[in-house]
Amino acid sequence: MVKNKSKPQQEQRLTPGGGKTKKLSKVQRAERRSVGFFLLPSLVGLLTFYIVPFIVVIFYSVVDSPINREFVFLDNFIALFKNSAFRRAAVNTVTFSLMAVPLAVILPLLLAVVLERNVPRKSNLRTIFLSPMMVPVASIILIWQVMFHYNGAVNELLGLFGADKIDWLKSEYSQIVVVLLFVWKNLGYNMILFMAALSNIPTDVIEVATLEGASKPQIFFGIKLRYLTSTILFVTLMSTINSFKIFREVYLLTGDYPYGKMYMLQHFMNNTFESLDYSKLSSAALVMSLVMAVIIGALFLADNKIEEDIEE
Amino acid sequence: MKKEITIEQQRKRRIYKKRRERFLDWLTFVIVGFFALLFLMPTVLTITNSFMSTTEISANYGQIFSNAGADAKTFISEKVNLKFIPDMVSFSQYKTAFITSPVYLLKFWNSVILTVPIVAGQVLVAAGASYCFARNRSKLANGIFFVYVVLMLMPYQVTLVPNYLVSEWLHILDTRWAIILPGIFAPFSVFILTKFMRRIPTAMIEAAKLDGANEFQIFTRIFLPLCKGTIYSVIILVFIDYWNMVEQPLILLSDSELHPLSVFLSKVNTEDAGLAFAVATVYMVPTLLIFLYSEDYLVEGIAYSGGIKG
Repeated sequence: MVKNKSKPQQEQRLTPGGGKTKKLSKVQRAERRSVGFFLLPSLVGLLTFYIVPFIVVIFYSVVDSPINREFVFLDNFIALFKNSAFRRAAVNTVTFSLMAVPLAVILPLLLAVVLERNVPRKSNLRTIFLSPMMVPVASIILIWQVMFHYNGAVNELLGLFGADKIDWLKSEYSQIVVVLLFVWKNLGYNMILFMAALSNIPTDVIEVATLEGASKPQIFFGIKLRYLTSTILFVTLMSTINSFKIFREVYLLTGDYPYGKMYMLQHFMNNTFESLDYSKLSSAALVMSLVMAVIIGALFLADNKIEEDIEE
Repeated sequence: MKKEITIEQQRKRRIYKKRRERFLDWLTFVIVGFFALLFLMPTVLTITNSFMSTTEISANYGQIFSNAGADAKTFISEKVNLKFIPDMVSFSQYKTAFITSPVYLLKFWNSVILTVPIVAGQVLVAAGASYCFARNRSKLANGIFFVYVVLMLMPYQVTLVPNYLVSEWLHILDTRWAIILPGIFAPFSVFILTKFMRRIPTAMIEAAKLDGANEFQIFTRIFLPLCKGTIYSVIILVFIDYWNMVEQPLILLSDSELHPLSVFLSKVNTEDAGLAFAVATVYMVPTLLIFLYSEDYLVEGIAYSGGIKG
C-alpha cells in the first residue's frame, strides 16, 4: 500500500506534546482552530448538499409521506423488500458483481506480474491498457453495439467456429457484454495499483530468497503475494463498490428499458425518481448506504489487519 | 586446462540463459501485445469509422442501425462488416456535426460548462479542506475526514437522493447548478490531496513559522507549490469522472436541452450512426489529449488512491 509509515513518528518527535498526549499548548490549540477555517467552505458545502439532506432521507424513510409525517417505522422497508422491481435490481446487481469483480482483480494482477519482466515496449503496453479509462463510455458504446449485435462482429466470429448466433444484448448473455465493458474500463486502473504495490516490495527480501535457491513460483506465492495481500483486498473491495455503480454502461447500451437481466439498482432509482415516491426512494437509498457501510467497514478492517501483519 | 573448460561452459550457459530470458520477454510481448491490440480496438474503430461517409456506414452497418434490429425486413447489406479503415476518407460527418446541425456543438458546450466549474471549484475547495486535515490531526478532524472517505465511496444510488432534495429546497432543480454545486463539494479531491499533504514534513512548516509566515502563507507558499503534481492528477481524475457523467443529468435535469453530450450520444446512436461516430470522436478528444500529455500524473494519482486511510 502506498503509504508513509514513518510520518506519524516523525511528527511526534518534532512537535513534543502533540499526538497522543492530551494537553496541548495554547499555541497549538490556536493553530488547530485557525487551520479549521480552511475546512469551512468544504464542510459547509458537504453539510448542505450531502449530510443534512441525508438525515432528512433517514427521516423520510421512517414516515409514511413527507407531508403526513406519520411515524411508520419499518413499513417502508418491508414494502421495499416486497417490491419485485427492487428485488430483481438487487439480484441483477449482485450477480453482475460476482462475475465482474473476480475478473477485474485477477486479470490486472496477472498483467502487472507479467509486465514486471523486461518486456519490450513495456511503457507503451501500460499506456494502452490504461487508455480505456480515459475514453468516455458514451464514445465507444457504438462499437460495442456493432460488435454484440445479433448480426454483429462477435457472432460472425463465433459463426466461423460453428457456434449459433446469440442475441447478446437481449438475452441471458447480456450481462457478459457489460462485464466485458467493465473489465475493459477498469483493468488499467487496477493494474496500476498492482504495479505500484509490486514496486514497493523490498528487493533485498527477494534477493535473499533467490540466493537461497527459491524458484520463481516460490518467490511469487511465498513472498510477493504476501506483500500484495493488502492491495488485492483493496482492489477487490473497490471493484465491488464500482460494480455496484454499474448503470452508465447499461443505460448507454440499452436505454431506459433494458433486457430484464440488465435492470440494475440505478434503473430502479431512476424509475422511482420519475414517480417521485419519497418514502420508496429514501428507504432504498438508506438500505443501499447500509450495505455499502458494511463493505466499507470490511475495507477498513482489512486495511488495518494487514498492515499489522506486514509490520510484524 | 580443465578449469578453462568450465569457464567456457559457464559462459555458454550464461549466454543460453540470457537468450532464453530474452525469448521469454518477446513471447510475453507478443501475447500481451495481442490483448493490448484488442483493448485498443474500440477506441481506434470509433475514430476510423468517423471518417466514413454516410453511404459507407450504411453499407457496412446498415442492418444494425436501421432501427428495426434483428428482424429488419429491408436489408441494406447482408453482413455487418467491422471495418478498420474507410474505403475513402471523408470529413462529411464532421462537417455535419460542426456546421449543418449545431445541436451537437451545443451539447458539447453543455458538457464543458458543467465540467469545468466542477473541476475548478472542487479542487479549490478541496485544497483548503485538505490543508486543514493535514495540519490538524485531532480526533475531531480525523473523524470528519472519515466521513469524507465514506461519502466518497457511496454510489450515486445513495448520494443522488440527498442531492435531489437539496436542489428542490434551493429551487435549483432543472438548472445546471443542481449538478455543479454538489459536484464542487464532492469529497473525492479532498481524499487524494489530504493523503499527499500529510506527507509534507512538519519541519518545513516549523521553518516557515520561524520565518514569520502565517497559516495562509504556509498554505499558499509551501503546501500549494509542493502539491502541484498531485493537483494535476486530481484535476485529471475529476475531469474524466464528470466528463463521463450520465446519472446526475438524467435525474437532476429533466430539461434535455441542458443535457451534456455523454447523455445525448446514446440518443443519436441509432438514428445516424456515421454522425454519431464523428461526435463520439470529438467527445473523446479532450480526455485523450489530457491522457497523452499527462499520463504520468494520472498514474501517480491512481497510485495515491490506493489504500483508503490517510
